[in-house]
Amino acid sequence: MPAVEMRGVTKRFGPLTANDGVNFAVERGEIHALLGENGAGKSTLMKVLYGLYQPDDGEILVDGRAVGFRSPADAIASGIGFVSQHFALVPRFTVAENVMLGHEGGARLNPRQMRAQVMIAAESLNMAIDPNALAGKLSVGEQQRVEILKALKRNCRVLIMDEPTAVLAPQDVEALFAVLRDLQKQGMSVIIITHKLNEVFAVSQRVTVLRLGKVVGEIATEATSPSALAELMVGRQTLAVERNTDHQRQEPVKLEVRDLKLADKRGGLRLRGLSLEVHGGEIVGIAGVAGNGQSELVSVLTGTAVPDSGEVLAHGQPYPLGQPKALPNLKIARIPEDRLKAVISDMSVADNLVLESLDGFTRLGHLGRQQIREHAERMIKDFQIKASPGDLVRTLSGGNIQKIILARSLGQQPEVVIAAQPTRGLDIGATEYVHHKLLEQKERGAAILLISEDLEEILQLSDRILVIFEGRIAGEMSAANADVQRIGALMTGAGG
Amino acid sequence: MAGLRIERAPSPVWVRSLIPVFSIFVTFLLVSVLIISAGASPLQAFYELLIAPLTKTSARADILMMATPLILTGVAVTVAFLGGYFNIGAEGQLFAGAIAGAWIGTLVTDLPSTAAIPLMLLGGFLAGMAWALLPALLKVYLSVDEVVTTLLLNSVMLFIVSYLLNGPWRDPVSGWPQSPTIALSGQFPVLIPRSRVHLGLLVALASAGVMWWVLARTRFGLELRAIGKNREGAQFLGIPVRSRVLMAALISGGIAGLAGVSEVGGIHYYLSSTLSNSFGYTGIIVATLGALTMPGAVLAALFLALINRGALSASRELGVPVYLADVIQATLLLVSLSFLLLNRYRIRIRR
Repeated sequence: MPAVEMRGVTKRFGPLTANDGVNFAVERGEIHALLGENGAGKSTLMKVLYGLYQPDDGEILVDGRAVGFRSPADAIASGIGFVSQHFALVPRFTVAENVMLGHEGGARLNPRQMRAQVMIAAESLNMAIDPNALAGKLSVGEQQRVEILKALKRNCRVLIMDEPTAVLAPQDVEALFAVLRDLQKQGMSVIIITHKLNEVFAVSQRVTVLRLGKVVGEIATEATSPSALAELMVGRQTLAVERNTDHQRQEPVKLEVRDLKLADKRGGLRLRGLSLEVHGGEIVGIAGVAGNGQSELVSVLTGTAVPDSGEVLAHGQPYPLGQPKALPNLKIARIPEDRLKAVISDMSVADNLVLESLDGFTRLGHLGRQQIREHAERMIKDFQIKASPGDLVRTLSGGNIQKIILARSLGQQPEVVIAAQPTRGLDIGATEYVHHKLLEQKERGAAILLISEDLEEILQLSDRILVIFEGRIAGEMSAANADVQRIGALMTGAGG
Repeated sequence: MAGLRIERAPSPVWVRSLIPVFSIFVTFLLVSVLIISAGASPLQAFYELLIAPLTKTSARADILMMATPLILTGVAVTVAFLGGYFNIGAEGQLFAGAIAGAWIGTLVTDLPSTAAIPLMLLGGFLAGMAWALLPALLKVYLSVDEVVTTLLLNSVMLFIVSYLLNGPWRDPVSGWPQSPTIALSGQFPVLIPRSRVHLGLLVALASAGVMWWVLARTRFGLELRAIGKNREGAQFLGIPVRSRVLMAALISGGIAGLAGVSEVGGIHYYLSSTLSNSFGYTGIIVATLGALTMPGAVLAALFLALINRGALSASRELGVPVYLADVIQATLLLVSLSFLLLNRYRIRIRR
């Protein structure tokens, strides 16, 4: 009998089906990898199991008994633990206090007993951890171990770990895996959510692969191979190879990125010497699993982050790094990942259309209201925005908000277009419109860098495909020779 | 499972514009309880508070006089809040302006009023700006919370005023802790004969008018509002967030400083520590109740002045404590803040 079983679980968010009739089972004493691309529905499924979401359909069985979790408290009571990527520790409490928090067992605290209990639990897992240390002073790896201890204290028998290695340094990863194996020896089941193939093979016995909310495979790890899993993850797609590739590469390089390096706040390198080139009249697509440096690359190119080293050239000129104000004048158009950070939702459509280029609409600091309104009316017509100039942007649909951003950036006849996740969350009509506009810019001779988690979109639009992995370009191919299996392998670090 | 759930759901515009009206209504319902427990009839009390002052010429003039500093501090707070800078320091900035006004006022004996009064106003504006500068710099460059710094500087300013009045500026004639009387040419002309409505009212209305224009019709105003509504977005769009916020904080301090000059030049003619009846703090209520708009601030200031004036007659006629006005103002702030918050969310019953 499996320790935990999910049968036919469906979870919808509005029109989006995040989990579609998912069957998932974990045996006692098994480390089970839940593999899939971002947006495949892994986290949603585990949040259903942990009682954070209520499924729209399907059932959950713990030790063969059907359960209905209304909150994580119910799930914890059934022996399910969840270690999220974002730790929930009180930084100014000691390790022992954090572990015991909520399970003090009476009104009076017994600090000595608390410390002893934590010590025993830690030693049983060969963890070297000082119960008196302040949680805030611990390294990320140690904090994660405290989170595991917390779950154990709550008599957890099925431990869910959400991308546990995403925050860890390489040496901590091996330590974590050792802890997981010790847990397994004690009969605990561990579910590890991941999109990294090497981890699947390093630690798991079974693997379930999700794609677009559905289970596409459930296999014993030793019976499969990285390339087979990569293919399951990204799927086989037929390519629409109806593309005009004549003038490709005939135009000069308009965007050049050289050896970009960028560290995050913790000091971990997010970009590790990334280089690329985009010619005029060319769309270069960057494929990759989320979290491999795409966001950082976009932040640098849209002027909101300054790299630690490396340089960027736009039509041969040094790029004004960290100065978003200078970009429109250099004919660099930006379509950012998070469109709500690129508009002021509480302001009108007309105001939003000019905020980036106010120079053209002000005289001695005074706004040309008439001019702004006329500009808005023109853009609304040209870009088919379903709104009037005075409407607040917050009242518009995602597709219309994206059209405002397109109008603002592409309306200026750009030379370089940075398009990040340009169709995320849009319906089919709006998606096609965005694609059409990008192709139109390409025909005009603009250099377009397309960063997208949607592999199909990359395959459909790009002339050249670059695969990003761990902050570097791991491989390159022309669209004509695109091979999904190879892209999948490169994306997950399995290929070379 | 049934339960209450709070969802994000902005109300339509027409609901939002009714918020002040709802707030006032609910406030009066709440305050009725207090009035009854003070042994008076709420309806009579509300008549004295809201209607009676409007029926008498002298009381109407008093309302205009009492609204003058509130318009200025309300405008000051509105400008800062619109840019997402929570200036709680209008009280201190008001006193900075009052010090400058009282000081310049004693120096202008040989100048005509047409030069003396503008000089005092300018000095007060600059002094208010100067007092607002430090917290603004700390906020913009070091992200130090301006709520804390501006609030605490109010106490610092009160001690400075107290030092001046008990030390170097103590009135040599009377010995009272108040500064020497300002020159005749620095005293504001009275606008309505046989009342205390003074030039400060025009200064206040002009400030509201100018700031309305700046916010609605200039690049600075548009960019400042964008910052206040979505700081990250404004950064992405290339708006110079730091310099705009800094400028808004300084303008806010300057206008609060004008309120100080106005009280010195129009009412007291000297600096005293009782110059402001918490006008700086009331400015926060004015700005909130005015929904961070300039016409709203002017109306809210007039309304609060009406209640203040009404409380005087209500206490005389009905024996309710005069502090009723303070209670109403405080309740009004809490109620309108709650409404503003609820307006962004919606409580739904979940099944």
